[in-house]
Amino acid sequence: MESLALQIFNGLSTGSILLLAALGLAFSFGLMKVINMAHGEFIMIGAYVTYFFQAFLAVPLRGAQGPKEGLVFLLSIGAAFLITGLVGFLLEMTLIRRLYGRPLDTLLATWGVGLILQQLARSYDSRNLPVTSPKWLVGAWMATPDLALPYKRLFIIALAVICVVLIYLFLYRTRNGRRIRAAMQGREMASCLGVATRRVDALTFALGAGLAGVAGSALTLIGQIGPQLGTTYIVDAFMVVVLGGVGSLPGTILASVLIGVFNSFLEMSTTATLGKVLVFVLIIAFLQWKPQGLVALRTRS
Amino acid sequence: MPENRSVQRWIIRWIPLLVILFGATVILPTILSSFEINLLGRFLTYAIVAMGMDLLWGYAGMLSLGQGLFFGIGAYCFGMYLNLEAVGPKMPEFMGLYGVTELPWLWQPFRSPVFAIIAAVVVPMIIAAVIGFMVFRSRVQGVYFSIITQALTAIIALLVVGQQQLINGTNGITEMKTIFGHSLAEDGTKRALYIVSALTLAGVFILCRWLVESRFGRLLISIRDDENRLRFVGYNPTLLKMIVFSISAGIAGLAGILVVPQVGIISPKQLDIAASIEIVIWVAVGGRGTLVGAILGAMLVNIGRSQISTANPEIWQLIMGALFIGVVVLFPNGIIGAFKGLFTTIRARLSPRTSGSSIPVVQSVNQA
Amino acid sequence: MSGNHILEVQNVTVSFDGFRVLDRLNFTMNYGELRFLIGPNGAGKTTLLDIITGKTKAHSGKVIFDGHLDLLHCAEHEVVRRGIGRKFQTPSVFPSLSVFENLETALGFKTATLRLTAPLKRDQREKIMDTLEHIGLAARAQTRAGTLSHGEKQWLEIGMLLVQDPKLLLLDEPVAGMTRRERDRTGELLQDIARNRSVLVVEHDMVFVRQFGSIITVLHMGKLLCEAPVEKVQNDPNVIQVYLGRSHKPAKVAV
Repeated sequence: MESLALQIFNGLSTGSILLLAALGLAFSFGLMKVINMAHGEFIMIGAYVTYFFQAFLAVPLRGAQGPKEGLVFLLSIGAAFLITGLVGFLLEMTLIRRLYGRPLDTLLATWGVGLILQQLARSYDSRNLPVTSPKWLVGAWMATPDLALPYKRLFIIALAVICVVLIYLFLYRTRNGRRIRAAMQGREMASCLGVATRRVDALTFALGAGLAGVAGSALTLIGQIGPQLGTTYIVDAFMVVVLGGVGSLPGTILASVLIGVFNSFLEMSTTATLGKVLVFVLIIAFLQWKPQGLVALRTRS
Repeated sequence: MPENRSVQRWIIRWIPLLVILFGATVILPTILSSFEINLLGRFLTYAIVAMGMDLLWGYAGMLSLGQGLFFGIGAYCFGMYLNLEAVGPKMPEFMGLYGVTELPWLWQPFRSPVFAIIAAVVVPMIIAAVIGFMVFRSRVQGVYFSIITQALTAIIALLVVGQQQLINGTNGITEMKTIFGHSLAEDGTKRALYIVSALTLAGVFILCRWLVESRFGRLLISIRDDENRLRFVGYNPTLLKMIVFSISAGIAGLAGILVVPQVGIISPKQLDIAASIEIVIWVAVGGRGTLVGAILGAMLVNIGRSQISTANPEIWQLIMGALFIGVVVLFPNGIIGAFKGLFTTIRARLSPRTSGSSIPVVQSVNQA
Repeated sequence: MSGNHILEVQNVTVSFDGFRVLDRLNFTMNYGELRFLIGPNGAGKTTLLDIITGKTKAHSGKVIFDGHLDLLHCAEHEVVRRGIGRKFQTPSVFPSLSVFENLETALGFKTATLRLTAPLKRDQREKIMDTLEHIGLAARAQTRAGTLSHGEKQWLEIGMLLVQDPKLLLLDEPVAGMTRRERDRTGELLQDIARNRSVLVVEHDMVFVRQFGSIITVLHMGKLLCEAPVEKVQNDPNVIQVYLGRSHKPAKVAV
C-alpha cells in the first residue's frame, strides 16, 4: 500500500516538473504554433537566476543568518519569471515575429538561439553548479510512519498547482488574458475588433518564456544546474503538449500527470530507460487512436 | 533534330557531374594530404545524409529530426562488423570488462560484412517505415512529425546509452583496425574509402535526381504544398510519405557505413538530437529543395567547422547558432537560392523592358 | 434500390457535438444527371459532400455509389479512385507546381507509386494537352499555378478533375468570387462536362443555376426540404420561408 502511494506520489512529482516545463510550451507552441527549441534554455536561464540569488544575493538580501531565508528563494522564482519573460519578449520582438506561419523555420532559428544561450552559460562556467535549497525545504513529511514525502517534491507540486491557477485566472479573468484568447482563436477577427495582435503575440511568448523560468527555478531543488539543463526536458515537454492536445490547458495538465505516473510505474517494474521507451510507445499508440491528443478542440472545417 | 537536342541535353546534364567526379576521385587525391582526404571523405558521407534529408524536407516538406539517428544506426551496424573483424575469433574487448563471455546473438550475424552492410541500410528503412506508417496514418503532420521524430531519436539514444554490456553504452564502439584486411591507418585505405564515398555520393545524387525529376518528385512537392488536397486527387499521402521517409532513412544508413571506417568510432553522441538538427542546417545553408544545395551546404558547414572548431570550439558553437538564425531569417533558400535571386536581379536590370513592366505588378500585389 | 442511381444517400446522420448537421438524409441522383444543391448556411450542403468523399464519417446510414459500393468505408483517396471527383469551395491547386504538372499529378492518380518514376506516355501527354486547350490554359502550361488568377485556378482545378474522368463530379460553389466573364466561361465548361457524366453542384447563384434548367435539391437543417425544377423551387412556399422568412414575396428569390 505504501509503495503504491509512493509510486503515485513520485509520478505526481515527475508530472508536476513536466507540467512546469510544458506550460510555457502550451503558450508558445499551443497558442502561437512556434516551435521554441530554446525553451529548454529558457528553463536554464530561470535556474541560473535562482542560482545567482542563492549564491550571491542571499546574504545581502537577508543579512548573515536572518530568518527570511525562504523569502529569497521565493523572490528568486519571481525574478526568474520576470527575467526569462523579458528574454522571451525580446526574442519575440527581434526574431520570432518575422517567422509567423513558418513553424519549421521557428524550430531552426530557436535552436540557434538555444545554442548561443548554452554557449553563454558555458562561458560563464562550463561545470555543473550546485544550488543551495532553503533549509525549510530540506527533509520530508512523514505521511505515515513508512511513507516519507520530501518537502522539495511537495513544494514543486504546489508550485505547479499555483502556476496553473494563476494562468487560469489570467486567461479567463483579465483583459489581457481575454485578448490572448481572442487573438489565438481568430487572429484577423481580433485585430478587426481592435486587439493589438502584435503586442498580444509578444505578451503570450513572454508569458511562455516566464513560465519556463519558473520551471528552471524549481529544477534547482532537485539537482545541479548546468548549460545543458534544458536539453533534458525539452523533448519530454514537447511530447506532453502533443499528447495533451495542442492549445488545451486541461490537456497539458492531464498529459503531464499521466506521463509522470506511467513513467514512475514503468520505471519501477522495468528499468529507467525501458520505462521511458515504453512511455514513448504508449504515446505513439495513443495518437493512433486520438491524433488530436487527450483534449481535442473540435472545430468545423 | 530531336536526337541532336537530346544529345545536347544529355551533355548539359551529365558532363558537369562527370567532370566534378573526375576531379574529386582522380585529381584531389593526388594533391591533398591523406589527413585532408580522410576529412573530405567524411564530409562526403555527410553530404549523402544531407541529400536524403533534402529529399524529405526540401521536396516533401517533412522535417525529420531523426536523420542523425538513421545515420548512426547505419554506422553502428557496420561498426559492429569492423569490431568483429578486428578481434577475429575472439570477443570485442569491452565485453570482457563487463564479464560477458559469449558473443550475444545480436552480434552473431555481424560477422558477415554483407549482412552488416545490408542491415545498415535496411534497419533504418524499416524503423522509418514503421514509425512513418503509425505517424502518417494518424495524420500527424508538419511540426508534429518533427516532434515525434525528435522524441524517437532521444529515446533510441537513451536506449543505446543504457546498453553497456551489449554495445558499450556511452563509450561506443571504437575497436576497429582493418577493413576487409586493409589497415584503417594506412594512406591507401583512406584514399580508397574517400573514393568509394565520392562514388556513392554520385550514385545517390543520380538516384535522387531521377526521383525528383520524375512524377514521383512532383508528388513530393505536392505533399509539401497541400497534403490534404492530394488525398482528393486520389493519392494516399500516408504511403507516399512512408516511402520517402524510408528512402531517406536508407540513404542515411548507407552514409553511416562509409563514415565509420573513416572516423574509427561510433558512440551515442552521434545519435544525439543535436546531430540530427545539424543535418537540417547543412541543407538549409546550401538551399533546401535543390540537391546540389544539400551537398554544397554539408561540405561548406563541415569545412568551416574543421577550420574553426579545432582552434576555438566556443566560437564555433556561437557561429552555428548564428547560422541557424541567419539562414532562416535572411536566406531561407540558402546559398543556391541567394545565387538564383542575384542572377534574376541582374538579368532584370540588364533588360529594361521586363524591369519596367514589373514595377506596376509589384504595386498591385501590395495593394491587394 | 433500382440500378439507375449513381448515388444513393440512405438515412445518413452526422452530428458535431450533439448538433445534427445531417438528419437521416435521403438523397438520390440518376446517371448522367446535372443536379444543383442549395440551402441556407448550415443546411448541410458541404457536409453532404464531405460524407460522399470520405472527409467526414457519418454516424449512421449508407452512401451507395454506382449501385453497389458503400462509400462510408472508403478513405478519401479510394473514393476518388472509384470515380468521384470533387472541387473545393476555395480554389485548391498545388501552387509550387506548374499548370502542366498539376494536371500530370491528377492524371497519375491510379498509377502504382513505383511506376510514377517512369516518364509520361504519349497518349497521356496528349490528354493533358487536350485538357489544357479545353480549360483555356494551354498558353500558361509552364506557369506556376500559384501565380494564376482566381478564375484560372478554378479552371485548372476543373481540368484536374477532367483528366481523371470521374463518373460523378462534386462541385462546391464553382463560380463564387468570379467576374461575370469568368462565370460565363465556367458555365460553358460545366455544360461540357455534364454532357457525359453525373454532376452535383452546390451553388447559391440563382442566375447561374437557371442557365441549366435542371432539378434543384433544397436542403434545410440537414433534411431534404424540396426537390424540383428551378421555377417550382422558386415558388415553393417552404423554400421561400426558409430563405427569406415569412413576409417576403416569392419574386425576391430570383435575385
